[in-house]
Amino acid sequence: MNRLLKPETGGLLILGIIIAVLPLFLPNSFYFDIVILIGINAIVCVGLNLLIGYTGQISLGHAGFFALGAYASGILVGNYDWAPIAAMVTGAVLVAVLAYVLARPIMKLRGHYLAMGTLGMGIVISIMLNQEGEITGGPDGMPVAGFTVFGWEPANEWVWYWMIGGLLIIAVWLALNLVHSPVGRALRAVHGSEVAASVAGVDVQRYKVLVFVVSAVFASIAGSLFAHYSAFLTPSEAGFFHSIELVTMVVVGGMASVFGAVVGAALLTTLPQLLAVFDDYEMLVFGGILMITMIFMRRGLVPTLQSMWQRRKP
Amino acid sequence: MKSFLKRAGLTALGAVTALGLGIGNSTAQETIKIGSFLAVTGGASFLGDPEKKTLEMYVDKINAEGGVLGKKLELIVYDSGGSPKKAVPFAKRLINDDKVDILLAGSTTGATMAVIPIVQKAGIPFISFGGASVIINPVKKWVFKMPHTDTLAVQKIFADMKKRGISKIGLLSGSGGFDKSCRKNVQKLAPGSGMSLLADETHGKGDTDMTAQITKIKNAAGVQAMIYCGFGASTSIVAKNAKQLGVKIPHYQTHGSASKSFIKNADGAAEGVRLPAAALVVVDALPADHPQKKVATDYKKMFETKTGTAISSFGGHAYDGLMIAVEAMKRAGTTNKAAVRDEIEKTKNYIGVDGIYNMSPKDHLGLDQASFVMVEVSGGDWKLLK
Amino acid sequence: MFAEFLQFLFSGITVGAIYALVGLGFAIIYNASHVINFAQGEFVMLGGMATVFLINLGMPMPLAIFLAIMITVLVGFALEKFAVEPARGAPIVTLIIITIGASIFLRGAAQVIWDRNFHSLPAFSGNDPILIGGASILPQSLWILGSTVVIVIALQLFFNRTMTGKAIIATSHNPLAAKLMGINTSFVLLASFGLSALLGSSAGILIAPISLTYSGVGIMLGLKGFSAAVLGGLGKPMGAIAGGLIVGISETITAGYISSAYKDAVAFIIILAVLFFMPNGLFGGRGAERV
Repeated sequence: MNRLLKPETGGLLILGIIIAVLPLFLPNSFYFDIVILIGINAIVCVGLNLLIGYTGQISLGHAGFFALGAYASGILVGNYDWAPIAAMVTGAVLVAVLAYVLARPIMKLRGHYLAMGTLGMGIVISIMLNQEGEITGGPDGMPVAGFTVFGWEPANEWVWYWMIGGLLIIAVWLALNLVHSPVGRALRAVHGSEVAASVAGVDVQRYKVLVFVVSAVFASIAGSLFAHYSAFLTPSEAGFFHSIELVTMVVVGGMASVFGAVVGAALLTTLPQLLAVFDDYEMLVFGGILMITMIFMRRGLVPTLQSMWQRRKP
Repeated sequence: MKSFLKRAGLTALGAVTALGLGIGNSTAQETIKIGSFLAVTGGASFLGDPEKKTLEMYVDKINAEGGVLGKKLELIVYDSGGSPKKAVPFAKRLINDDKVDILLAGSTTGATMAVIPIVQKAGIPFISFGGASVIINPVKKWVFKMPHTDTLAVQKIFADMKKRGISKIGLLSGSGGFDKSCRKNVQKLAPGSGMSLLADETHGKGDTDMTAQITKIKNAAGVQAMIYCGFGASTSIVAKNAKQLGVKIPHYQTHGSASKSFIKNADGAAEGVRLPAAALVVVDALPADHPQKKVATDYKKMFETKTGTAISSFGGHAYDGLMIAVEAMKRAGTTNKAAVRDEIEKTKNYIGVDGIYNMSPKDHLGLDQASFVMVEVSGGDWKLLK
Repeated sequence: MFAEFLQFLFSGITVGAIYALVGLGFAIIYNASHVINFAQGEFVMLGGMATVFLINLGMPMPLAIFLAIMITVLVGFALEKFAVEPARGAPIVTLIIITIGASIFLRGAAQVIWDRNFHSLPAFSGNDPILIGGASILPQSLWILGSTVVIVIALQLFFNRTMTGKAIIATSHNPLAAKLMGINTSFVLLASFGLSALLGSSAGILIAPISLTYSGVGIMLGLKGFSAAVLGGLGKPMGAIAGGLIVGISETITAGYISSAYKDAVAFIIILAVLFFMPNGLFGGRGAERV
């Protein structure tokens, strides 16, 4: 019984139940659209959270990896007739290599220099996608073919929903396993103090690079799925805004909390849609909500709620 | 104090959520829903803002006069910021959640093209305000277009250049869909019109300094005129940069600049720039027996009184789009999407503010050179060239 | 040939001076509080937009400029008091999100209070270009350069000769020691935000006659100013100035000789290159980290 009540298994179970039951409450395909986008964003955020929340590194350019995965799928499938799965895997591999190459010098930077380095990386990727219009369609974007696996294609949003839902569960499970393993403990040691961790025998640089690459791959795969699902890509997927959106999802949801990342993704994907009704005041309200949430719940929603819950106990 | 603020903040969050969900789902009485996503903010705001205002004021006017087919019109507008990425989810929302009957939308070519696959799949009539010919060429069943195409613009510019004995030109274009299409047209049509392209420069989206590119055009040996293919804020910057660099050769732009905002923001540097525009912008100079005179004058009066700002051809596209849609609904006698689409396609001799429309199954634009005029900026205003 | 190069140089110095002013604002706030103020770009926007609308209300330009700067400074104070101070001690990432939230909020407010269109300011002394060595430079550019030089000299005097200035520097070296010495560190914090707002809004007003202003002008300018500050070594005001000029000139030279397409990327590629070889920026020196 205690095992089941452990936050992780319990949490995974709750997530599974929510995913299974949610469709009953969605009135039309527009709502499915939002929920599927939440799922895709959540996959990216779960990976990003490992980097920001657990290892304590900032990345303001992760949307670049997302977009690279997306465009890899779009271009290889659209222009070269590759199979979508092959394209997705290739995209992930290319992104992993790029992340590895960039991680070694970038992870040597600290604090705000790290933020700038990742920011620069993301922006350069988005500019490249903008400029190489012959391949990428330029700023006005490119259409993407459907997601076919040996002739089978997701017929409608229900199928996409189950696909993304399933993948999200797998991603969360992987992340939880990582966090509760020796690797996870090493990451937290690095977050606490890099000097102390290396004195204790942790190869700090190696772990930072590892997490950077893993989170980049999560983003790339989510990007490929996004490309096929939305059937249209623009270079703004790699843009500064998108990177900030992702970081905000992780931070608002709760750093160092895998479920926090999912909650953050859910909140920040729905918020713009809710705010669209405010028309002229949308940005004002959005900015205000961000500030208020961060000022009063500085560790993010889930950890703050968790500690409020725990404080209730006598 | 802090925990009170915390609770207040959380309650506010909850309230906003409830409000958002509530408003989003309000059921209206029987209305005809018109969906729109426009570039109200961002670099193309002098396209989307007048379009939004025009739609709003005329929907109100039509409703005050009794509505259409006995029902009121309901307008739902989202701000795409000129970004195709934002336009796509808004289009999906309009079609699936707001369940609109027709789309009058897409200030830019980019947003329009991004949305076309969705529109074609959903089977809903879509009248676009985007400029490039690729929107209706090849013809798509559900997609119609109001503004003149870039092809018509380039042809008009070349005709004027020939009259002035110009044959060597330099080109600057931006990165938008309209810009790129316009550039391709210049490259394609130049040889056939006796023009040779000596310089072909481009700038990025949102650039605020084009002096490097214009310097290169200016220095191209023997260049006799310059064309700028673009729209929105960058048109003024190009004019300013050209003046700063002392560019003396004739400077042409396209109808993507057909707004007083272009002249105003150029701070005097737009004097002498020529461009093709819909007759609307020079309505006061039109002869009294010009077929469009009455419609255009009425629109101008209404728009300028209601908003206190000058008209532009962009607001005109929205007006024509709305009127054609409403006429089509009346002729069809229903809001059934397929029936309305058929009627839009049958629009004949519709006298609009931007032109006289004659649509057909092969031509979803319905305009030709007749309703396009060449104007020059003179004394801070448009001057009709004969 | 040379004339063309000179032309690119002039454009580059003009825009570089603007980046320098924005970067300076970042540097000053970072010095006092170790916070990266992502809303810095919005100070630039507020300066330009407020001036435009004050002029539309009928005010003479010098008065409008003065009021616009004052309004922005007040906004800077408000930002510090209501957004940054309550979040003291929060993790860096949280602070970043707060200032980003503030920048979105300010942009939204500008859209509501004013509008969403592009606006121009009349040039301070006309639009007729001046020819130097075959290249043309606008009088406005001279205003920008001149103002930047004046501002830099004024800042140097301020930091080295006045008590408040020295207090700010002391706080940036060691806030605890400064407090023990009787320096009111919260006042220092407030002052640094106000100062940055002054710098940012001035930059916005200076550049508006050349490249227009609108509610979203702060985004890219903020990012490039941030690059300038990082390039020079965060917290080194003179470094930010150098950084800004380097970025501005590199941009126009790249646009002129290599490819106008990648102009925007230049700033960020330079940053990446510099950071890989000099992780503390050009003038950052070797940082010592407390264990």
